[in-house]
Amino acid sequence: MVSQREVLTGKHLMQGDVACAEGAIAAGCKFFAGYPITPATEIAERMARRMIEVNGMFVQMEDELASMAAIIGASWAGAKAMTATSGPGFSLMQENIGLAVMTETPCVVVNVMRGAPSTGQPTEGAQQDVMQSKWGSHGDYSIIALAPASVQEMFDLTIECFNLAETYRAPTFLLADGFTGHLWERVVIPSPEEIKIVERKKPVVSPDKYMPFKPDEDLVPPMACFGEGYCVHVTGLTHDELGYPKTTDPKVQHKLVNRLCEKMRKNANRIVRTYESMLEDAEVAVIAYGIPSRASLNAVKKARESGIKAGLLRLVTVWPFPEKQIEELATRVNAIVVPEMNCGQIVREVERVAKETPVHLLSKIGGELHSPSEIFEAIRRAAGI
Amino acid sequence: MRVEIRIGGFGGQGIIRTGLILATASCVFGDKNAIQSASYGPESRGGRCKSEVIISDEDIDFPKVEQPDILVIMSQEAYVGYVDDLKENGILLVDPDLVPNQRKDLKAKIYEVPAAKIAEGLGKKIVANVVMIGAFAAITNLFDVGQMKESIKRNVPKAFLELNLTAFEKGYEHGKNIITVKAS
Repeated sequence: MVSQREVLTGKHLMQGDVACAEGAIAAGCKFFAGYPITPATEIAERMARRMIEVNGMFVQMEDELASMAAIIGASWAGAKAMTATSGPGFSLMQENIGLAVMTETPCVVVNVMRGAPSTGQPTEGAQQDVMQSKWGSHGDYSIIALAPASVQEMFDLTIECFNLAETYRAPTFLLADGFTGHLWERVVIPSPEEIKIVERKKPVVSPDKYMPFKPDEDLVPPMACFGEGYCVHVTGLTHDELGYPKTTDPKVQHKLVNRLCEKMRKNANRIVRTYESMLEDAEVAVIAYGIPSRASLNAVKKARESGIKAGLLRLVTVWPFPEKQIEELATRVNAIVVPEMNCGQIVREVERVAKETPVHLLSKIGGELHSPSEIFEAIRRAAGI
Repeated sequence: MRVEIRIGGFGGQGIIRTGLILATASCVFGDKNAIQSASYGPESRGGRCKSEVIISDEDIDFPKVEQPDILVIMSQEAYVGYVDDLKENGILLVDPDLVPNQRKDLKAKIYEVPAAKIAEGLGKKIVANVVMIGAFAAITNLFDVGQMKESIKRNVPKAFLELNLTAFEKGYEHGKNIITVKAS
């Protein structure tokens, strides 16, 4: 039974980080391991207080390597598990993120991005870890990453991260930023019945017939956790469908690694979510994700007022990259503007997909948000006015 | 309608809490949208501190204050730092005892609220911010008084609720008096 303490139904003024923690709890998270770091510390603080109220477990680990390892273990013990960090900690997690990918462990990693590289700007928001979240661990693989643009989305998308992690058995990232993490805004938390929760797929065969890494048609294998009566061997080494290491057989490596990549590609239609505003007749499209999409919406409205046909495509899902949506959009607009709080990361993906359509980067680093007028100017230039 | 408010002072005055009280009154107890962001140095007390609140009937897209319609100032340093950002003919609420040097040429509707002194009169200087909120409510008419009191209840420790509500009343009274004097 879901107790009232698990879902704080009602209207709140809440900080982004706290809304993320509440989203996790509403999604059924029962295990949090982490190490405090600005600007993500408030997530750990909230979880430290709340886990005990919902019969969950909070562990402050010795570092982020261990934090990531702990949530993998907790997930295999059957719990929905999460950690939260920022750039420096995210770097330390990369090796074990690869382990989570290889072992197909559902888990959620929140990265409240701050100015980087290295320790950079602890208190300033940024979007500099977008490519790291895709490629940070070694090898070929695919993950899911969502970018919240409001405190409400810190709540909603954390739930969605859990649902996607459970569905596709992969580490799933909430790519937030320091500004949104520390922002206070209204959050409406629905009643538990109104919140859609997904649980991992369980084996339907008897233990003697179960092959832990044999996928169903959706390329996702049903997951038996430790203690559920099934024989499960979990390793980061290349393994066959029984889970046993087969490290020199090219066919096994080929089958496994291709499936890990293909899992997201094949299911992209079900995973990817984007929002369109005023794109029907647009000649200039702004493509934004996370917090810059709010100034972008304002700028697009300004552009419309001054007679420029502009529109906004907001990427809620950053990975897998919304290729189809952008490819199609690029065929009907004259130019694309990409505002990002980094030196240009997602813009490369947009360029790759947009092909002949000119793509203009509007880069911003340092901690300040893009102002609506900056984006408006970029739209104006892109429109050739 | 989008109203941009900036509150400036130093750490320890309850500047951020002030912003949260205004935002809570608007979007939890009222039916407006509100957003609060803050910036402050690493020191918890003494450093310059600002809290920004946006209140709107519509969805709030850009979440930052660009040019405040209303400025609330509770330290000389914050005055110097922020007074030029105020929209022309915007509203300035300032504690004259905390800001001894004010510009003479400022194009603004200026309301002097000796919040620190009033709070001292109540025996606790720490509630100066809530005195200011009371004056703010009386002067701007942006808030329902009942909703503001609910918000204070949500935002202050129980043991100090009575004190804070009294501080609010005192500030509200002072605000009403200023308006009456200005009108006559």
